[in-house]
Amino acid sequence: MTIKMFIPRESTALSLGANGVADALKDYSTEYEIELNLIRNGSRGLFWLEPMVEIETLHGRFAYGPVEAPDVSSIMQDILTNVLSNHTQKHRLALGLTEELTFLKKQTRLTFARAGITDPLSLDDYLAMDGFTGLSNALAVTSQEIVTTVVDSGLRGRGGAAFPTGIKWQTVHDAPSDKKYIVCNADEGDSGTFADRLVMECDPFMLIEGMIIAGLAVGADEGYIYLRSEYPVADEILQEAIVIATKAGYLGANICGSGKIFNLEVRLGAEAYICGEETSLLESLEGKRGEVRFKPPLPAIEGFFGKPTVVNNVLSLSAVPYILSQGGKAYQQYGANRSRGTLPLQLAGNVKQGGLIELPFGSTLQSLLNDFSGGTESGRPIRAIQVGGPLGAYLPPSKFDIPLDYEAFTMASAVLGHGGIVIFDDTVDMLEQARFSMEFCVDESCGKCTPCRIGSTRGVEVIDRIKDGENRAANMALLSDLCETMINGSLCAMGSMTPIPVTSAYRDFPEDFDLPSSNTVLQETNHG
Amino acid sequence: MVNYYNPTAEAASHQPKFDVNKDYGTPASTSTETVCIEIDGVTLTVAEGTSVLRAASLANINIPKLCASDNLKAFGSCRLCTVQITGMRGYPASCTTPVKEGMVVTTQNDDIAKLRRNIMELYISDHPLDCLTCSSNGDCELQDVAGAVGLREVRYGFDGDNHLDAKIDDSNPYFTFEPSKCITCSRCVRACEEVQGTFALTIEGRGFASKVSAGTSDENFMSSDCVSCGACVQACPTATLMEKSVIDKGQPEHSIITTCAYCGVGCSFKAEMKGEEVIRMVPYKGGKANQGHSCVKGRFAFGYATHKDRVTEPMVRDNIDEEWRVVSWDEALAFSANKIKNIQAKYGRDSVGGITSSRCTNEETYLVQKLIRAAFGNNNTDTCARVCHSPTGYGLKATIGESAGTQTFESVMQSDVVMVIGANPTDAHPVFASMLRKRLRQGAELIVVDPRTIDLLNTAHINANHHLPLKPGTNVAMINAIAHVVISEGLEDKNFIEKRTDEYNAWREFILDEVNSPEAMQNITTVDAERVRVAARAFAKARNGAIYYGLGVTEHSQGSTMVMGIANLALATGNIGREGVGINPLRGQNNVQGSCDMGSFPQELPGYQHVSDDLLRGKFEKSWGVTLDNEPGLRIPNMFDAAIEGTFKAMYVQGEDILQSDPNTQHVQAALSSLECLIVQDIFLNETALYAHVFLPGSSFLEKDGTFTNAERRINRVRKVMKPLAQYADWEVTQKLSNALGYPMNYQHPSEIMDEIASLVPTFSQVSYKKLDEQGSIQWPCNEEFPDGSPIMHVESFPIGNGRFAITPYLASEDRANKRFPLLLTTGRILSQYNVGAQTRRTANHTWHEEDLLEIHPNDADERGINDGDWLGISSRAGETVLKAKLSERMQSGVVFTTFHHPISGANVITTDSSDWATNCPEYKVTAVQVEKVTSPSAWQTRYKEFSEQQKEHFKRSPKKQKNTIGS
Repeated sequence: MTIKMFIPRESTALSLGANGVADALKDYSTEYEIELNLIRNGSRGLFWLEPMVEIETLHGRFAYGPVEAPDVSSIMQDILTNVLSNHTQKHRLALGLTEELTFLKKQTRLTFARAGITDPLSLDDYLAMDGFTGLSNALAVTSQEIVTTVVDSGLRGRGGAAFPTGIKWQTVHDAPSDKKYIVCNADEGDSGTFADRLVMECDPFMLIEGMIIAGLAVGADEGYIYLRSEYPVADEILQEAIVIATKAGYLGANICGSGKIFNLEVRLGAEAYICGEETSLLESLEGKRGEVRFKPPLPAIEGFFGKPTVVNNVLSLSAVPYILSQGGKAYQQYGANRSRGTLPLQLAGNVKQGGLIELPFGSTLQSLLNDFSGGTESGRPIRAIQVGGPLGAYLPPSKFDIPLDYEAFTMASAVLGHGGIVIFDDTVDMLEQARFSMEFCVDESCGKCTPCRIGSTRGVEVIDRIKDGENRAANMALLSDLCETMINGSLCAMGSMTPIPVTSAYRDFPEDFDLPSSNTVLQETNHG
Repeated sequence: MVNYYNPTAEAASHQPKFDVNKDYGTPASTSTETVCIEIDGVTLTVAEGTSVLRAASLANINIPKLCASDNLKAFGSCRLCTVQITGMRGYPASCTTPVKEGMVVTTQNDDIAKLRRNIMELYISDHPLDCLTCSSNGDCELQDVAGAVGLREVRYGFDGDNHLDAKIDDSNPYFTFEPSKCITCSRCVRACEEVQGTFALTIEGRGFASKVSAGTSDENFMSSDCVSCGACVQACPTATLMEKSVIDKGQPEHSIITTCAYCGVGCSFKAEMKGEEVIRMVPYKGGKANQGHSCVKGRFAFGYATHKDRVTEPMVRDNIDEEWRVVSWDEALAFSANKIKNIQAKYGRDSVGGITSSRCTNEETYLVQKLIRAAFGNNNTDTCARVCHSPTGYGLKATIGESAGTQTFESVMQSDVVMVIGANPTDAHPVFASMLRKRLRQGAELIVVDPRTIDLLNTAHINANHHLPLKPGTNVAMINAIAHVVISEGLEDKNFIEKRTDEYNAWREFILDEVNSPEAMQNITTVDAERVRVAARAFAKARNGAIYYGLGVTEHSQGSTMVMGIANLALATGNIGREGVGINPLRGQNNVQGSCDMGSFPQELPGYQHVSDDLLRGKFEKSWGVTLDNEPGLRIPNMFDAAIEGTFKAMYVQGEDILQSDPNTQHVQAALSSLECLIVQDIFLNETALYAHVFLPGSSFLEKDGTFTNAERRINRVRKVMKPLAQYADWEVTQKLSNALGYPMNYQHPSEIMDEIASLVPTFSQVSYKKLDEQGSIQWPCNEEFPDGSPIMHVESFPIGNGRFAITPYLASEDRANKRFPLLLTTGRILSQYNVGAQTRRTANHTWHEEDLLEIHPNDADERGINDGDWLGISSRAGETVLKAKLSERMQSGVVFTTFHHPISGANVITTDSSDWATNCPEYKVTAVQVEKVTSPSAWQTRYKEFSEQQKEHFKRSPKKQKNTIGS
């Protein structure tokens, strides 16, 4: 009898020793002459349980986690004596049926439907779970119909800017040009985020399919994935997946025999946060210094090498196969208000149960905390949550009930962004966090525009003076002025959004700045 | 290159007058559509695509800016030009925001003011506060903007992180880079890319650490790719990149627009002055040839004009073995006149002659040939164009009826394929090369026909180039092969041929002959036939194909044939008579075109009017009040031969160093030694002057009024910025000599000479200084038919009616490589030096090129055991000299190259008497030579050094000499 088992080949699991576990498992099976079919699957995104080992049974997959190599023999005994015979588990790391895990059951996985279930490089697995049905639907309709479907889905840019994807595609579709490009922004750099990486490591064909559909929709025959160079595993998997997809005729000169062309390449990023900004990304992709371009012209009109270009985040493109497979309406029925579909949230920081949570828009931070987090890792109360990456606001508990939708967050001077959620307990010093936000800008500013280039450095210095108690009132006024200058004067979101976490820190946590709670010196800065 | 302002496209009549000295922030839009917008309550109409910043600026609403400049694409980094626009969020930068119909813009209110002030505060928090002692004090955009936004305090203090300790880079001899004053606006980097096209500069690091860098971190400007064109210095809004002359002397207080006296591009400059001293030369945005750009020569290498070697007093001697005697002007002129009269009395009227200068003004050149024809009474006048572009005159006159380039430089911006033959524009015509490179970056294809891998082929960011690296001396074989492909593959422009040309059928039959096919010519040119075919097709199929050529075409035994071959190709492909096409000779010197136009050649009176034509000659006789000889006079080589024969005895040479520049130096030495009277007029005691009996001090271009005519037939004004160091401008000296000879001339100002030219030369009939001042410059023909001049020629027809195809069979050069002389030497120019080097050697340009080197392919070097820097003896059938070796992959195997910028190099000791069959233009570009390692200079060099030192003694010991040195 062959036993089919699963150990993720995804980065988190690997960093926690998945390969060691896999080796131990292989050794065990050799020693005990067990016919083992070990699948290196993706991760389900329950990181506190990685490396998670699964065994396939008639009732479904049973899970163990977090597993270390020394646990293997006891787990195998449990499997052989309990799971395979009576579908029960007795091991201390036993998690039961994977599908029944609360953390998964409470989610709505559209984009991550296959993550952790399939072997990321198995085309059969992908096809067995609805893979390439979106593409085959797309090939059956006109390019305008594809664009219209995406418009109807209400999908908005998941990179953070939340611009309607369909409208962007329509612009590129309508731009007359002999050459157009699809560029996937996979330079995932927000602190506490990993959803893009999970897609690429766990379900690369979905991204490839999304890009091919985008190409068909706008008339582009060439695509690039601008991949964060710190993602070597994703690189390896994507490269292999592209080879497989090309051999199988999904990529190349004759997509599925349609006569349509789409070629795809992975390009490694320049190790700069700013290269996640779409125009810097294009500069970098062209081989230049990653420096922000002004807009207009929009990349949709003059993008890669001056040609009309779709620049979409991994998650945006990955939502497309579902939309084309199930229809724009199917996707659109999820969500709240103007935020449609699902949002992959990434829970990180000081949290007991970190991982990937895909939910329809409209839930709240509080319910997220209740349903998924399991509280802080330290066990202390939560004091602040930064949502939306390093440029997102620090939210105090009083704002945890803001609905998770783009407009609601904007109304609260906060950022939903790419869905990163970083939790801090009550030991956090919010003045230090404000300083950290400025310092992040010092490290990552491209240096092109003055408010960001010089302003961020001055910002750190001013916060240091406030910390040292030097002319505190005057320096607080100066910090406020500086934030206003950066918001109003910066060329791109890097400079204009850096003040968001800074101002949120002194607005919502004034005590850390030795300010009275109802401060009159400070005025709400204009985020226009 | 800046997008030069076109007043008809942009400014509506009610708006303020366009001011070429003003920086409008972003380039002009080329759109013909207009939109109407409102800025601060002012309604205005501007071209679609104009930035809000420029639109405001046109309405004289001046929004503060630092990173924007109207010769660079908008960049949007300084954020000072932010405005508010109704319906738009936040504070858009006006430089990057294009106007839209109905847009309502506010450029000033409290919020905008606060934002600008706060941004300025950030700038100044990382900037030295040494305004009073700063070199750009009084000419600093940062200072101006700080004033404009009302910055009063820097609340951040000055002890934060900063760049104040950044080290100065003063490696470039002309400017310093002081990064502590840099505001990282990237204007220098963008100017290097967009204007110059060199891409030497970049921004290194990111965020606060971003800094301007000339390459890798340990490179300075001198060791980088920088070509010192000065575009970055001009672009810099602070003192970061600053001319050393300004650092030393302070800001100039007035300026005068004039024309560069180096190459044939004819750049306009603002000579920025303090009193009579030129502090710096700044390229003039209103100059239509250069449109605000410059090269290292025109921009920086003007110090020769006040170099201590300037000779400022006339000198005479009876014999060249004697010391010079410094004399008064009257004495020198009387001495000269007597000598000439006596010689003519003794040896006949034809025993004297003269050479006009392609470096002097049109007016001066005109006067010299007039003096020769009217006062000497013969036609023994010639000019240095004899040794450079005389085949252009012959070849173009024969085929398209006019001896001149057909286009404006700017026309290249509409070319789709550009063929460059025997020219090295990045070095010899750098400002045009920058424009060409810009066009190539926009996507035009390049075809280079040249034995060497010239730098143009290394242009950054170009898509397609074809190099046809032919063997020297096989141009005609190549052009015939290209034309053969065009005709045999049916790619000719039949409509153009039918309507605009004659003698096509005979030519067609000739060119279709298999001997002219690329396959047949492959053995001669050594270029693969398929490569030729591919290039020929690209040229023929282009919407607009333009041909640019240089001395690599003309300086051959078949120079005139090649020029006609080029004309054939242009005619056959219909590439003539509109923008983006044409035949464009790149002229070597500033006024080669002008000296030819002004009647310098022995057979032609001004305006190419033949001396044998009684009607035309009669017109001059009437005006000049003399009878003119109806026989063409001697050409330069004939003068030399006649001197050696003893029939030619006196020569008046103005502003030309024939000893160094003409071929076969030893022959020239023999000729000059045979003269009884050699009168040299020059700013320096040049090599020719070593053989002179009279030295008349010349005046530099800064010391006189006049005009130069550039390679695009553009007549540019030369304006006097200082009084002549030797009292008189060259035209005044010629006039005085004429009077001394008894032929009266009495011009009060060069404008009167131009008026006389206009009265005698049909293509100049409406040229006047008044019109030149009004229009800035004029491209001839300028007459009743074309009162404003003619940017593009031959639009409707040719001066000879139809274009004429010429039969151009290939004949091998006489001087072919053989067993004894197995290599082919070709000569040329490099960027930093100019011609014989008399000017540039007396500037810091020598930093880039201290000596002439022999460039040799590593294979040829290897065969002979030659390493970089070895002394090499180079011998030809004419002579031998010694130069240091430079191994270079840009050479092809079998070909060696050198320059002739230094007299002691003796490059022309090797070149031979071989010359163009039609015009005697010497074959500088092909000399069969042998090269071997040696340990000492050649016999000629030793002799010449001795002679030269002896002559220097004659000069030094001449009475009164010491006190006359100028400058330091």
